[in-house]
Amino acid sequence: MRASTVRLLARYAVLTALAALIIFPIYITIVNSLMRPAALANGPAWWPSHPTFSNYTAAWTDARMGRYLFNTTVVTVAITSMQVVTAVLGGYAFAFLMFPLRRVMFVVYLATLMIPGEVTIIQNVATIRSFGWYNSYAALIVPFVATGFGAFLLRQSFLTVPRDLHDAATLDGYGHWRFLWRVVVPISRPAIGAMALFAFLGAWNQYLWPLLVTADDRYRTVQIGLKQLRGQNLSNVTVVFAGTVLAFLPIALLLLAFSKQLVRGLTAGAVKG
Amino acid sequence: MRSRSLGANGMASRSHSRARREATLAYIMLGPSLLIFGVFVFFPFVKNFTYPFYSQSTAAGFGAFGGAAKSKWVGWSQWHAVLTSRDFWHSAWVTFQFVVLTVPVGIGLGLFLAVVAHQRLRGITIFRTIFSSTVASSAAVASTIFFSLVGTESGLWKLRIHGHGVLDDKTWALPAIALVAVWQSLGLSFIVMSSGLQSIPDDLLEAARVDGAGSLRRFWKVTFPLLSPTMFFAFVVGSISAFKTFAEIDLLDPIGKETGGTSLLAYQVKRLAFDGESRTGQAAIFAVGLFVIVLLLTVVQMRLERRVHYAR
Repeated sequence: MRASTVRLLARYAVLTALAALIIFPIYITIVNSLMRPAALANGPAWWPSHPTFSNYTAAWTDARMGRYLFNTTVVTVAITSMQVVTAVLGGYAFAFLMFPLRRVMFVVYLATLMIPGEVTIIQNVATIRSFGWYNSYAALIVPFVATGFGAFLLRQSFLTVPRDLHDAATLDGYGHWRFLWRVVVPISRPAIGAMALFAFLGAWNQYLWPLLVTADDRYRTVQIGLKQLRGQNLSNVTVVFAGTVLAFLPIALLLLAFSKQLVRGLTAGAVKG
Repeated sequence: MRSRSLGANGMASRSHSRARREATLAYIMLGPSLLIFGVFVFFPFVKNFTYPFYSQSTAAGFGAFGGAAKSKWVGWSQWHAVLTSRDFWHSAWVTFQFVVLTVPVGIGLGLFLAVVAHQRLRGITIFRTIFSSTVASSAAVASTIFFSLVGTESGLWKLRIHGHGVLDDKTWALPAIALVAVWQSLGLSFIVMSSGLQSIPDDLLEAARVDGAGSLRRFWKVTFPLLSPTMFFAFVVGSISAFKTFAEIDLLDPIGKETGGTSLLAYQVKRLAFDGESRTGQAAIFAVGLFVIVLLLTVVQMRLERRVHYAR
């Protein structure tokens, strides 16, 4: 064998070993989620020899993961779509409009990035209770419909919209709303997509807040469902595996479909262009 | 220059009513967000600083907020008590240890994977996808997987150290949780480091190669310095999120989560405020501790970002 071939094989060997190491927990989770509990009596399965979906049925109905997934979807879609709207509006105001206290407002937006949720939860739970929103979709959605980060991100993107386009639109008699929806939003679609995916991921994976403001299956989200599942199925680890896959799979497929936006969203600010 | 800018000159030349219309429009656009920020960010933030001045000792702690308060003004004594307590500083210390265990390792591994995957090979996309796969996993998913794999109650491999489960071992519980956190954040770290690598011009590395620099030398002398802004960003963002770690503790239920070796700050906030006898005053001080840490990290980051990027 030529030296270059050996080196090539070595490269693949290293890549494969690393990939195997990283994917191992997920692989074992999927394989064992397809096994009958009895089949694991002699140790964990490394290969789904007689796959069954009974664990998924159990997780979906008995452990209510279906309901939790539904709740998470409702909450996540609502938060994401509303964050997109508020961030587009905020980004536009800061990028294209002159108004009194503009700098102050910008600092207000930035300040929200510096206040961790842990500092506000004590009062926020009390507020939610006083609104009568405890254990409701409103409690899970409303506090998160505005985003300083998203507005900031979109402002950065809107600032790159060529000034000429704005002048041309003004000459054509476009008002601000028409300019926003017909020009700015369409050409900023990649940035908005990245921001939306980022919002989606954050909302889907929330843990502490849903734990504090939900009390029963009607509103519990899938992340909290995992805690529930773990508590109830100590003797039945295959069902826990199936539930974990159910919580993991939708977001994995989504990220696979939108991997470009993901990279953009997660690295915004990390790499200086 | 014929084209009109939106700067100060443009403002002056415009009619007064037009400027007012623009201001109205701006506040219509910002209004809903400002309302949400006011109610769910700034008000609770300010309110949080008042809790430590009251002692809440009712089991139904929420009465204390509504109005029919069973709380008593205690002045600075609660601040003093918590800030001189072993529990607070031990929790801060444990949290710091956790950050040190997770963030540098996470960034280092992410960088390593990014370098390994940064080559033109057939099928490299598959490896890149696998390397970034854990980004789809939440802290709860990662914890549940870990628990189901090596947990002592129901795990496939009931991992034992010194005769008890790894999460029940005073020495190994925190590193075990750190391992879960590192694995969970590895995908993100890989993605961030990869895009940092891709932004390094190939001709720079090529020039170094032509000059006879070996691959290790090219890495340390070219790649590493050019990546330092990316690593700094990852360090700040990673530290902020590590300081706020909560789900792993809540789900993995390790030994020492109350006052011992795994008593992370965020968990203390939740435990003190919402579990059993509600001690919101104490919880609020732990939350202030977290806020101070996040504030420091953010300020450092913004200073650096402004220097590099926002010099407009």
